[in-house]
Amino acid sequence: MTSDTLISALYVFALAAFLGYQVISRVPPLLHTPLMSATNAISGISLVGSIVTAGANYSTVSTILGVVAVACSTTNVVGGFVITDRMLKMFKRKDLVKKD
Amino acid sequence: MLKTYFIEFSYLLASILFILGLKGLSHPETAKRGMHLAEFGMLMAIIGTLMHHDIVTYTWILIGLAVGSVAGLAMGVWVPMTAMPQRTALSHAFGAFAAALVGISEFFKHGGHLEPVMMGALGFEVMLGSLTTTGSLLAFAKLQGLVRGTPMTYKGQNIFNMALLAVTVGIFIYLIVMPGSMPLFFTMVGLAFVFGLLLVMPIGSADMPVVMSLLNSYAGLASAATGFVLSNKVLIIAGTLDGFSGFILSILMCRAMNRSITNVLFGAFGSAATTGAAGEQQGSMREVGLDDIATQLAYANKVIFVPGYGLATAQAQHAVRELADVLEKRGVTVKYGIHPVAGRMPGHMNVLLAEANVPYSSLYELEQINPEFPTTDVAVVIGANDVVNPDARDNPGSPIAGMPILEVDRSKSVVVLKRGQGKGFSGLENPLFFKPVTGMLYGDAKDTLTRLVQAVQHA
Repeated sequence: MTSDTLISALYVFALAAFLGYQVISRVPPLLHTPLMSATNAISGISLVGSIVTAGANYSTVSTILGVVAVACSTTNVVGGFVITDRMLKMFKRKDLVKKD
Repeated sequence: MLKTYFIEFSYLLASILFILGLKGLSHPETAKRGMHLAEFGMLMAIIGTLMHHDIVTYTWILIGLAVGSVAGLAMGVWVPMTAMPQRTALSHAFGAFAAALVGISEFFKHGGHLEPVMMGALGFEVMLGSLTTTGSLLAFAKLQGLVRGTPMTYKGQNIFNMALLAVTVGIFIYLIVMPGSMPLFFTMVGLAFVFGLLLVMPIGSADMPVVMSLLNSYAGLASAATGFVLSNKVLIIAGTLDGFSGFILSILMCRAMNRSITNVLFGAFGSAATTGAAGEQQGSMREVGLDDIATQLAYANKVIFVPGYGLATAQAQHAVRELADVLEKRGVTVKYGIHPVAGRMPGHMNVLLAEANVPYSSLYELEQINPEFPTTDVAVVIGANDVVNPDARDNPGSPIAGMPILEVDRSKSVVVLKRGQGKGFSGLENPLFFKPVTGMLYGDAKDTLTRLVQAVQHA
């Protein structure tokens, strides 16, 4: 890692932290459970790291660790998004509730 | 070259869509669309990654993707809403474990010889990932009831934990300065795994909302550290968003209990040591008849339901909605008061009631609903205890003194639905149950509510 990449990574981290604080403070307590499962699904983006590890053939150990990591992250991505969607569908406005 | 641009562009697009997705969560109406944006972003990032020039074989990737998709889909479709805290704990464990594995594999790839900055990021990733994995698994076991939910404590616990953490961090620093030792690296990983268990062991079930949020935060930060190791910006952004979301939720949960994070983590709240301070209770609990309550409810102007974890264990969310429907048909105003730490994770009660088709406009936060109790005829407490304990407000010597509560005792009449005469998870005596305005209805909440529906219909 060169000092340039480190510095730019730190920039990204700091700005993301600031932005995250702004965006997430606005989420009402009503939606805190979907928030948790959504952020969980989103951080399943570590999948992009695992995919390279699993497919790059660095060594047998790396490949095994990579495949397990891919499976774990994919479970989070798919499970997280499916559940978040399922939960959000349940939050209904008053005028839409009585119809079923 | 073009390929590199495409990959980087897909990551940039994903980052933007993730942020928009979370922004959508600021309102239930925009949330669904926001999530679809985030899902599309994820898909783009995965497609982009599959074009990475380091990849030589796709077989293993596809196997991993297939296994994960099946597991994720099964989990996503079949897990009941009442089990949401367990599911979330498990997914924290998966996310953190993946981060730890990528870190370990990177360490291998470089034969352990990493420059200091890289080793620093990788160490963070692996340590946070490992301790979050075991910590979340233990939280899962506690929530699922595989392990007792009471705090597990022993003498010198905090000192032992601190010492263990110090050794782990010591090895970490040594590895930054003198890289290359495989045995030391794996000792560090092993110690981090153990530390995760030790960290969650002394924490009781009632404090789970804070622990869940903290583990959420750690899992996110582990992902962000992975981003530093791989110099991957979308990973840094997504991990940081996740980490900060968990961090903000931890703070909100702690504030809702008037406790500090250190107190939650090391206080072993709800164990025998902390419960001695409660004073003796005067008077006795008054048990009331089901028909009396039904009449009171049927002729009330305003009723507020206050749910707690007992609602989830009794799966009583649908029964509450039915009772509310019957009452509303009679012209009674029905509202729900939700305490931030009711249940086992942030927002737990809201999701359960939404599942039972309660419109979200009927769900009120603590600050909104408290002024309404004095004008409420009947407040119905369903399986909640500490969040309605007036000692938090009135008794400065109480272990929960200063915790904001739902002031149900200010309403004209209070009905408490409770499984038995035992104490709440924190083990505290609740003076609310001994007040003259309070009537106790013992039994399974779902069963009681169903019988109340029938009784109200005949009233």
